[in-house]
Amino acid sequence: MKSCLLCGVGGQGTVLASRILAQAAMNQGLFARTAETIGMSQRGGCVVSHVRIGEYVSSPMIPEGQADMMIGFEPGEVVRNLSYLKEDGIVITCKQVVQAVTASLSGSDYNAEDMIAYLQRKVKHCIVIDGAEICNICGSGKVLNVALVGAAAQSGAMGISVEAVKAVLAAKLKPQFLAMNEQALALGAQCVTQ
Amino acid sequence: MKELLMGNEAIAVGAMMAGVQVVTGYPGTPSTEVLETIAKRNDGSIYVEWSVNEKAGMEVAAGAAYAGARSLVTMKQVGLNVASDPLMSLNMIGVKGGMVVYVADDPGPISSQTEQDTRHYAKFAKIPIFDATSPEEAYQMIQDAFDYSEKYHTPVFFRATTRVCHACASIEVGEFPKITKAEGFVKDSRWVIFPRLSYLNKKKVEAREITLAEEFSDYPGNELIGSGKIGIACGGIAYAYVMDAIESNKEMFTVAKLVTPFPFPTIFADRFLQQVDRVIVFEELDPVIEDALIYHQGVTHTTHEIIGKRTGTVLNAGELSANYIAGVLNEIFGAELVVGNQTFEDAPKVPTRPPVLCAGCPHRASFYAVKQAMKGKEAVFCGDIGCYTLGNAAPLDMVDTCLCMGAGITIAQGLEHSKSAGTKFAFVGDSTFFASGMTGVVNAVYNKADMILVVLDNSTTAMTGHQPHPGIGKTMMGEVSAAVSIEKVLVAIGVDVKIVNPLDFEDAIAAVKEMDEKSGVRAIIFRSPCVAIVKPDQARHIDTNTCIGCMKCIRELGCPALSKKDGKAVIDPALCTGCGLCSKVCPTGCIVKD
Repeated sequence: MKSCLLCGVGGQGTVLASRILAQAAMNQGLFARTAETIGMSQRGGCVVSHVRIGEYVSSPMIPEGQADMMIGFEPGEVVRNLSYLKEDGIVITCKQVVQAVTASLSGSDYNAEDMIAYLQRKVKHCIVIDGAEICNICGSGKVLNVALVGAAAQSGAMGISVEAVKAVLAAKLKPQFLAMNEQALALGAQCVTQ
Repeated sequence: MKELLMGNEAIAVGAMMAGVQVVTGYPGTPSTEVLETIAKRNDGSIYVEWSVNEKAGMEVAAGAAYAGARSLVTMKQVGLNVASDPLMSLNMIGVKGGMVVYVADDPGPISSQTEQDTRHYAKFAKIPIFDATSPEEAYQMIQDAFDYSEKYHTPVFFRATTRVCHACASIEVGEFPKITKAEGFVKDSRWVIFPRLSYLNKKKVEAREITLAEEFSDYPGNELIGSGKIGIACGGIAYAYVMDAIESNKEMFTVAKLVTPFPFPTIFADRFLQQVDRVIVFEELDPVIEDALIYHQGVTHTTHEIIGKRTGTVLNAGELSANYIAGVLNEIFGAELVVGNQTFEDAPKVPTRPPVLCAGCPHRASFYAVKQAMKGKEAVFCGDIGCYTLGNAAPLDMVDTCLCMGAGITIAQGLEHSKSAGTKFAFVGDSTFFASGMTGVVNAVYNKADMILVVLDNSTTAMTGHQPHPGIGKTMMGEVSAAVSIEKVLVAIGVDVKIVNPLDFEDAIAAVKEMDEKSGVRAIIFRSPCVAIVKPDQARHIDTNTCIGCMKCIRELGCPALSKKDGKAVIDPALCTGCGLCSKVCPTGCIVKD
């Protein structure tokens, strides 16, 4: 059984990312489960997606301390959910923070450096990705999720190959968005040296 | 082929496999995707509608089942309260075609007002209920629910909770059967409820309860797993949590997985109790299985210790988790199960992220216009159910009451009749207006209330994912229908109506001021489409040379596209929809189009 927790802020594309991972696993003949945040809580709020691959009888929700991997769309959200990670689990996180509206109001802004520094201190395998840079190169802010999935696949921690993800993208995406997403996938994968 | 299906999609596809012919419902998280999935996969042979509310949906589905068709009605738990009037008579009348009432419960609650438990309704209405533990089980079980409904001529509940509704699993989906035409309605006195008929049918219903308690005892979904001396009784998603929790020490336990909480499978319960010494019950929401076990022991004079919510051991509010269950089992039975207990007390603080109105949401402009117009005057703002409930958050702070669908309109009247101070405003969304707002407006006019109704018309049911409603002129079958005009309805009721686009900021404020001067029941319709269904306008940006860093835009509006950077306000161009509200608030005019 492999478990991956994806966390970020509503609107960043975590749901699609978890579906891509699950579909890639299914295409490799594995059983997959996911659980996602849908509804009111997703409007600008914290979102987490759970992906569990392999075992048939299990909960769709990863128990705390059981995630082999965490994919962070936002470093603060990784810090918030870090109790889900296994002791030897791997973290792949985007570098940039998304300031909460409440933080803007109350002046309790926080910075990316503190979050990243903390994660690097606590987590043995922490891969930081410059998501903004990749989105810039690909020409769309919407490819962050695919870049992160690329890094996740390349790490090998979920038993899913980059090729398997590529096949899912080809089947799932509209043709006009495919090249852009394939580029993001490759750039994400490049951030990980096995 | 195996598909990755969400629980709600699995239920939808399962219903289609069972040959459902008529599907009705009202949107509500976490139930909405069932009806949408059937509409999406429908080849045209299934009739699908978003009903005006749950009561209408229940009655349309009942009519179809009277005619021998298989029907399904979908709703969330609080929606069942709206549909309870027909339900509590339909249970005594019964059906001919299989009829399943799908209700989604929401432990937490995550996206609901309350943690209502539909299993009580099953007992209350004396109709059977199925409670799935996973999407793949739901796919099979909804098909069984239709069979039971037809076999026993009764509507049958199918319940799932959020973590089943919104979880996905790989599921093998078969070919949909060809829909055969229903027999059609056959006139018979059995369809007319009278005291005598209810009396006779109640006897049958009570007898059925005993039969079903026996039959459900052998239902394949009810399983005893393991042979340990400590019994764990569980249902719904709690079963999955239990299995995860006991993974490292299964030998200690016998797990009773119970998917038919009512009628309670008594023989199955006996088998379970005979096998174990002590019992603990894990279930979300109310102690329904727990109470049934305690009651059953009273009837059978058995005396197992039953640990659960009644003993104060298990949480009686909020969700359960595998970690929590493992912790309880360790504490009570010394089970030595693995509990994720890494703590990160030294973690840097991360801000809370409550849900907010989207950038560019017209509701923000509407609330802000009312707030500005009523500045310095006494006013009460009665809210309602929808995205606009989020108007309660700072900095808008424009929701003083919120109870249930349509209640803002009538709560405002109660405040008024009790001589409570200030102008009474009632905010209601377009879909909510049709669902249960109109009768409240009639009540206001008839009983001479003094209030301002504010209809926030964004031309969709936004909160639940943009379903059409009677005001849109589009049905779930993809057909065009006559749009019901909110203003014509209001005028017909006798309300003084003004329509304004809230993004025309000065006009919006003037409209509120004008209506505030009047008395009686008057209404403002703020009409501007939801930002999620229209193409955004050009994003605004802030000229940093002229921005004085006063942060008024952020403080007044709380738009997620606005944030502070190096002492100045900045706009995230990826989020900004160009609504322009912030430029109206800015004292220096530094917010401009590119």
